[in-house]
Amino acid sequence: MMPVETVYRDTVFREAVFREAWPLVVASTARLTRDLDLAEDCVQDAVERALRARPDNLAAWLTTTAHRIALDRLRREATLRRKLPLLVVPEDPDPGPGPTDPLRLVFTCCHPALARASQVALTLRLVCGVEVRTVADVLLTGEAGVARRITRAKRKIAAARIPYRVPPDDELAGRLDVVLTVVHLLHTAGHVGPGTGLTDADLTARASGLARMLVRLLPTEPEPRALLGLILLTEARGPARTDAAGEAVLLADQDRTQWDRDLIREGLQLVTAALRAGPQGRFALQGAVAGLHAVAPSWAETDWAQVVTTYDALLRTWPSPVVALNRAAARSRLPGADLRAILHEVDTLDLGDYRYLPATRADLLTRLGRTAEAAAAYEDALALTTNPVERALLLRRRSEIDPRVVRS
Amino acid sequence: MARYVFLMYDAEDWYDTADAQSVADEMRLHEEFMEAVKAAGATVLGGEALERSSTASTVRKGSGEPLVTDGPFADTKEALGGFYVLDAPDLDVALRLATLCPAGNVEVRPIMDLPE
Repeated sequence: MMPVETVYRDTVFREAVFREAWPLVVASTARLTRDLDLAEDCVQDAVERALRARPDNLAAWLTTTAHRIALDRLRREATLRRKLPLLVVPEDPDPGPGPTDPLRLVFTCCHPALARASQVALTLRLVCGVEVRTVADVLLTGEAGVARRITRAKRKIAAARIPYRVPPDDELAGRLDVVLTVVHLLHTAGHVGPGTGLTDADLTARASGLARMLVRLLPTEPEPRALLGLILLTEARGPARTDAAGEAVLLADQDRTQWDRDLIREGLQLVTAALRAGPQGRFALQGAVAGLHAVAPSWAETDWAQVVTTYDALLRTWPSPVVALNRAAARSRLPGADLRAILHEVDTLDLGDYRYLPATRADLLTRLGRTAEAAAAYEDALALTTNPVERALLLRRRSEIDPRVVRS
Repeated sequence: MARYVFLMYDAEDWYDTADAQSVADEMRLHEEFMEAVKAAGATVLGGEALERSSTASTVRKGSGEPLVTDGPFADTKEALGGFYVLDAPDLDVALRLATLCPAGNVEVRPIMDLPE
């Protein structure tokens, strides 16, 4: 068995690889091999060699080594590979391996012609270097299924000729929105985490790492900045989100002195910059809501009128029933709110099995004093919720309403 | 360059109501589409309009004798009504052209490159 110090050093080293070098090296190797599978294999081999060699300039060393392994394999397997469709690498004004290579990779992994789950799986595996079994945890499915999904997606990229490039300016906004949606999804998955394999903190760290990379590589785009701000403002509440017993604490009941003020400051700066940059995108507006909570001294003193106005703007930019639900919940906090009318509005939303719908209904019904219906709504929410921490919260809320109507 | 086939699926009630004018309009849309293909640096390699799906026959081959049945292979609300074969630089160009293709639904399928 390996001594614990070696295991520890290897783990720290691997983490450094995945944080800093992995996307850069995979992206430039893919440009060389024109084959995502081969690129991934070669980088994996190079990482194993780096664990023994411990080079100083990790990214440069890995790039050189992965390229050398790739060229060697391309030579040996030339006849075998001639039959395979190659990655389409369009002509580029800047042909050498460069800092924008990871952007090509991320835009290819998040191509709109791939299913959302495939975009998430490819991004985690190819851009973040996350193991397949951990990707499976994030997608709440089996390892074999995820492996097949990743293989199919890579094959589609090659066979359907999805170009390996950063989209041109006139397509950038739409394509960037898909990328940001995937990153936000990773953050949300970590935030309400499945709690297995990759720890929730790891996953949210990957999401903020990706957002930081996008801010660095697309410095003139406001939405990556807004997304990073939104993520940091949510992260800032981290320590207050669970109590000493590990149970979830709602925003309304959190101890705000535990919030991370440095993260809040950075998040507010990013969101403000994005809001000022011009037409306000959906991440800038979501960031604005998170910012309004971050600066409120307490739940009661939250500027609910401004929260509702921001949701109004968000609903215009991004008409979605989830936004409408959040807007309704915010409106219910305004002084003199007509809870009955708001409940009626919530009941008309087309949200399918969205688990926060019955949870919101339960809250409104409780405040209306309709405890039996509230208890039933909590039951509906429980039936849709698998996350143990969220379930515990729902059970507690249900037991807090009139115990006579609560079924055992 | 890569070859794609555009499979055009539509509801078929159009055939029942189409008069000379709407047929002429439809033809013009297809001519505009072919212009757009050229402008995008792609090429139309072929394509046909199909008779309605009720004219189709399907030969089903199971374990025994091949069986001929009346109608299309998959009887869906929206039927295959025609196709184009295109040569395009990549999927992004192909998908952009598919949005200009005059049909309600366009399935874009890459054509397999077989070794010589």
